[in-house]
Amino acid sequence: MSDQRGQLANAPRGGTALIAAAALGVIVSVAILPDQGVQQGRFALLFVLFIAIGEVFRIRMPGGRDTAPIATSLCLAYALLPAIGGVPLTYAVPQVVAVTAVGSLIGVVFRMAGRRPIPIDDLARRIIIVGCVAACFRPYLESDAVGRQTTFFVALLMTAVSLLALLLDSILAALVRAATDRAPYNQAIIDEIRAMLGINAATGATAVLTALALPSMGWIAVPIFVIPLALTQFSFRRYAHIQSTYLQTIRALSRVTEVGGYTETGHARRVSRLAVSVGIEMGLSESDVRELEYAALMHDIGQLSLEEPIPGGSTLMTSAASARTIAGLGSAVIRQTGVLDHVAEVVERQADSYYPGHGRYDDTIPVESRIIRACNDYDDLVGASLESDRMLQAVERLHMGITSEYDPAVVDTLTRIVKRRTGIL
Amino acid sequence: MRALPIPARLFIAGVVSVAIAVLGLAIPRVSDWGAVAVLALVVIGSEYLTLSLGRTVSGVEVSISVTAPMVIGAVFLLGPWGAAVVGAAVWLYFDRAIPLFKVLYNGAQIALSAFISGVAFQALGGTVPIDPSSFPRALVPAIGVLVVYELTNAFFVVIAISLSSRVAPARVWRGMLAGSASAYFAYNIFGLLLAVVWSAGVGPFSVVLLLVPLSVARWVFALFAREREAHEATIRSFIQAVETKDAYTRGHSERVAKASLMIGRTMSVRDDRLETLRFAGMLHDVGKLGVPTKVLQKAGKLTDEEYAAIQLHPVRGREITRELEFLGEAITAIYHHHERLDGRGYPLGLAGEDIPEFARIIAVADAFDSMTTTRTYRGARSVDEAVAELIKCKGTQFDPNMVEAMVQALANTEWQPVDTSAFFDGPQSGLPSYASDDDDPTAAEVLASHRPSAAAPRPTQDSDSDTSSRQRGEQR
Repeated sequence: MSDQRGQLANAPRGGTALIAAAALGVIVSVAILPDQGVQQGRFALLFVLFIAIGEVFRIRMPGGRDTAPIATSLCLAYALLPAIGGVPLTYAVPQVVAVTAVGSLIGVVFRMAGRRPIPIDDLARRIIIVGCVAACFRPYLESDAVGRQTTFFVALLMTAVSLLALLLDSILAALVRAATDRAPYNQAIIDEIRAMLGINAATGATAVLTALALPSMGWIAVPIFVIPLALTQFSFRRYAHIQSTYLQTIRALSRVTEVGGYTETGHARRVSRLAVSVGIEMGLSESDVRELEYAALMHDIGQLSLEEPIPGGSTLMTSAASARTIAGLGSAVIRQTGVLDHVAEVVERQADSYYPGHGRYDDTIPVESRIIRACNDYDDLVGASLESDRMLQAVERLHMGITSEYDPAVVDTLTRIVKRRTGIL
Repeated sequence: MRALPIPARLFIAGVVSVAIAVLGLAIPRVSDWGAVAVLALVVIGSEYLTLSLGRTVSGVEVSISVTAPMVIGAVFLLGPWGAAVVGAAVWLYFDRAIPLFKVLYNGAQIALSAFISGVAFQALGGTVPIDPSSFPRALVPAIGVLVVYELTNAFFVVIAISLSSRVAPARVWRGMLAGSASAYFAYNIFGLLLAVVWSAGVGPFSVVLLLVPLSVARWVFALFAREREAHEATIRSFIQAVETKDAYTRGHSERVAKASLMIGRTMSVRDDRLETLRFAGMLHDVGKLGVPTKVLQKAGKLTDEEYAAIQLHPVRGREITRELEFLGEAITAIYHHHERLDGRGYPLGLAGEDIPEFARIIAVADAFDSMTTTRTYRGARSVDEAVAELIKCKGTQFDPNMVEAMVQALANTEWQPVDTSAFFDGPQSGLPSYASDDDDPTAAEVLASHRPSAAAPRPTQDSDSDTSSRQRGEQR
């Protein structure tokens, strides 16, 4: 899921409006800047340099989100800075936007030289939120109200503005993501805020701290205050790394049944990809989608305990009782890890019918199990085939099982996804 | 405390007494009690929320709290006396699970570390409270404080552990602190930032601003540690799932990982590569999942096709693990662990140095464990017998360096032969035959020569294993 999502987030589809808005802002700023005149030019250059360095050290967060906390934090600090060495800083919004854009672009050039990915969405959002912060805060600084307030009050104001800006960042990112992933907006916003809360809080706090220390401490505050954020960023990178390693391991283990001749090649991965799409579209939270992905990858692991492979590995063709046995064996293996209890439960219940009889449905079956059930049966019918007829026939067959086996909501979502794939929708 | 050696008790009592004396002198000298109260409250609160950095290789829990940054902030804001009082706030942390003497010693050593750092700060020309406009000149005393605090703190911790556990100080340092020293240092910079922002006019609110990135860093560390453990646990339980297919190999992978580590350590393999070697040992037989169960469990002679199926397991293993980036060179080790030094092994028939180093290590560890484990046709051999067999095969099947490293490692570590027969009903229940046991050097010899007809099952007269190893097997 993580890499899949990451790639999708970079797709231009949802982000076009955002990128256009940011580009317009930069063009206007650069156009009117010469009229206003560049203020404190050497100091601006210093920030351009540090922002570029921060941009080079961009990280990929858990869940495949690209972000450059140091660069964002320095841009925010530049927008918030009231003075340096006792001298008030008089630059206005266009200069802040220009410094942000130029610094970021220099960093991007370095990244391009290293052939590393460039998430234009993230840059566009940065320019927009930094512009907003500057628009709120620079006029306030110019109004001379700062001099009448205590430093404490200014600090409080800076904190509030930064937090709101980073919240806006998450919301904008969620809107793009929801459009590309077809996730419900509210769930996408919750996921985005939750996933970025930690790093955004650290980024915002560092920006405020830098802006508060710089006036008396001088430029040396920039490298010093960046150190703890770099440490935090490093921790996040390590966390994201172990998380993707974990996913790799589970993917590899899912291949074990294929190598052993128990299941068809690629079955587990196709089922997991489809299940993740269904899960996202049905509005499952990000952590639920991750567990769904793990469960889908490992849903056939119980077959390993069988003496002889089932012909073709298809669980659709076996009796309900033996499908349930396989599910039970698999969940026992997964439960043994001691850390994947919910995944084990999902795998265990995957063979259960949604309508056990008398028209009543069994809502104790986790929704993830219902998704895997339908996706597994679909893949047993279609396999690696890309023929539209075969895909539509499979969906048709799932529809016939709606009153007995499957959750209608899952089958509906699955149908939509398959129809999109065949080009009908 | 009663269980502690006398030198440890004396040291602890001495440090606590000195700290109490320093505090007695400090209390009349503190001017800004407001700042002391704020920082002390944060210290007490943070003691309740210590962060686990996970375990070191030796299993020691390393934790980090925001106490140190707050105490260091106090050094810059209040000087040695005030900082000592803030450090002693640790004494006000109550936890019944922690013995009183530990709380007393911990508070005392933090107070003394703070005091000494404060003295160093002033000696290096720092002014109290730290003046933000004195930077970059003030960087020298500031960095001095961070270094002195880290050193004194490490000194107190290492000496106390060394005296109470009777382990040499250098080993304590290497075992638990050396790896995280740079992380501690980076954390302590938060203390400097706190002091600078505080004295830039923000005051106590700077604590709030500082706690945000600090607790985020803490939280991510915890998430990372949890995810890493989950990953380990998942790999381990899947290895166990593999081993249920071939009951004789139960625990084999873990033991091969252990023996490989013993060889690797003796050969002075670097720590990060040791981790890879451990994974290679754990996963070396994962490809056996690709071998039909009925072949693995077949009693008696194997057909040529069945040999071929078994010989395919390193290839299957690579197929399964290929995409696991974290395994790195472990993947080639899995692929080549049945190569022989003389080039008669499989899958490629590589010889000598062409065989990857880790594959040569695992080959020895693998053979050693299978020899010291019960098989249908024989009991577990003794360590001495297995070593003799390894030595016999060095140069032909095994790399002599790895065999010597294994022998040397065995001189320092105890190795228990394992009787896995305790897990089965009896030798007739379709257990792996001699013929299919390609981990055993003598069997591997047969497989290497590709002459299935020569693979007559060994006479089973030596299968009555000694009772002591049987009992040990049951304990597992």
